[in-house]
Amino acid sequence: MKLRTALPVMILGTWAVMAASAALFHLHPDAIHLDRILTPPGSQAWLGYDDLGRPIWDRLIAGAHTSFMVALWVVSISLVLGTLIGSTSGYLGGWLDHVVVRIIDIFLAFPGILLAIALAGLLGPGLDNVVLALSAVGWVGFARLARAQILSVKNREHVQAAVVLGADRRRIIARHLIPLIMAPLIVEASFGIAGTVIAEAGLSFLGLGVQPPAASWGSMIRDGTRYMLVAPHMVLIPGMTLLLVVLCVNLAGDQLRDWMDVRIRGR
Amino acid sequence: MASFLFSRLASALFVVLGVSCLVFFFIHLIPGDPVEVMLGESALPADREALRQSLGLNLPLYIQLLNYLEGLLHLNLGTSLQTRQPIVDMLTERLPATAELALAALAVAVMIALPLGIIAALRRNTLWDMAAMGISVLGVSIPNFWLGPMLVMVFSLWLGWLPVSGREGALAIVLPALTLGTALAAILSRMIRASLLEVLNEDYVRTAYAKGLTTRQVVFGHALRNALLPVLTIFGLQLGTLLGGAVITEVIFSWPGIGQLTIEAIQRRDYPVLQACVLVISLSYVVINTLTDMLYAWFDPRIRLGES
Repeated sequence: MKLRTALPVMILGTWAVMAASAALFHLHPDAIHLDRILTPPGSQAWLGYDDLGRPIWDRLIAGAHTSFMVALWVVSISLVLGTLIGSTSGYLGGWLDHVVVRIIDIFLAFPGILLAIALAGLLGPGLDNVVLALSAVGWVGFARLARAQILSVKNREHVQAAVVLGADRRRIIARHLIPLIMAPLIVEASFGIAGTVIAEAGLSFLGLGVQPPAASWGSMIRDGTRYMLVAPHMVLIPGMTLLLVVLCVNLAGDQLRDWMDVRIRGR
Repeated sequence: MASFLFSRLASALFVVLGVSCLVFFFIHLIPGDPVEVMLGESALPADREALRQSLGLNLPLYIQLLNYLEGLLHLNLGTSLQTRQPIVDMLTERLPATAELALAALAVAVMIALPLGIIAALRRNTLWDMAAMGISVLGVSIPNFWLGPMLVMVFSLWLGWLPVSGREGALAIVLPALTLGTALAAILSRMIRASLLEVLNEDYVRTAYAKGLTTRQVVFGHALRNALLPVLTIFGLQLGTLLGGAVITEVIFSWPGIGQLTIEAIQRRDYPVLQACVLVISLSYVVINTLTDMLYAWFDPRIRLGES
């Protein structure tokens, strides 16, 4: 595997492992050490301590868990919901398709993060509401993509053959159409992960995501902005981590897109 | 051309109506009793009833919707629960700041993206290209709520060149505009590169080179004009991200625009103001997008002639 592919994949793997094993590490993200308030990283304190004397390393891993779970849930819900709505509407056509296209248009008229901010603000803080708000915004892109892809393949001969053989619509969509359009949807999903990780951190930055004392990279950055002169590590560490993860997701997504695009792969 | 304009306007009007209806339902999304959420549990029953009356929440849903839409037509967005001020006044007070920020961010984005995209396309598959596209991936991946504080740390706290926050003085807009414009610059530079690469393979570009024009003349006189056309449509779409990002940027820099008002409205549970903010930002997005589409048709005769 090339370095360009291996490095992002390795870092993303670390993120997933960190997130999954947060429970195994015996972390104390909420433990307060009054004598270590704002201690910078060093031999005594691995990544340093925050303004309440809580260990940043522990909070970073707890934050990885938060962002990973939110990304997993939001992208899964959006992918399934969007693909179902988009492919059904594209295949059946008619008035249903007309209505779905209009609804998609309306949702696309909202700047995504604004709708998520408003929904999270209305529903109240909490991780489940973050997932709800981001999924309400996220399905639209998948639905639009799935619909467009279905339109381009629904008249292929193997589909006509299936119709002639008497397959019902559900079987045609599930067995003969969706497998054909999965590649672009998976690429879209990989970029969706990047967007969701940023959006979750953004909502938590605004105080609309996880509630204190629970840790999120976004809320860690927000807490850190108040101590930038005396303890820049409080902003730098969660921010660099967030940037690294999002960068790797984007790089991996680029690679995935090139790899799945047979036209480019041949060159 | 006329039919193209008409169909584009009709669909824009439909979207405006849909957006307004969706925003109307916001208040009904609040779990439990919205009046209790807004006033708090300790509010007197008489106060609750008064608020319910003034918001019209005691009426049937469809009448509420019709009243709301009628209010919109008369630019009546209700009054703030906190300040009792007409919401329209609050918005007009804040709108210039947001418009100023968005325009400045746009200018920053174009100033960064144009040279980056052109260099990457002309020096394709060289170190220049890789560096430019590397910067671009970095720009897409960097969250604005981290970039903003980083810029403040370096340019305001360490170097002391620029103000930390607020809207006083001409220099105050530099950091917010950079924060908001970076992501757009990253996306635009990628699109400019891709679009320019396609155009550079065209016959007329070869002809231009063959008749002895310099690279500069070919790029700026022939290639770039055509390459920027497809960029324009996507540019319109990306403005949504810009307007959404303005909310977070305004919070970081205490920029007194509509984005900050949105967050204040959420914090104070002033939901009518929240509704109005979301509505105004989304509607400006729809309007800008429609205008971009029409501009595109104006610039590219193939579209307006093909439609008629």
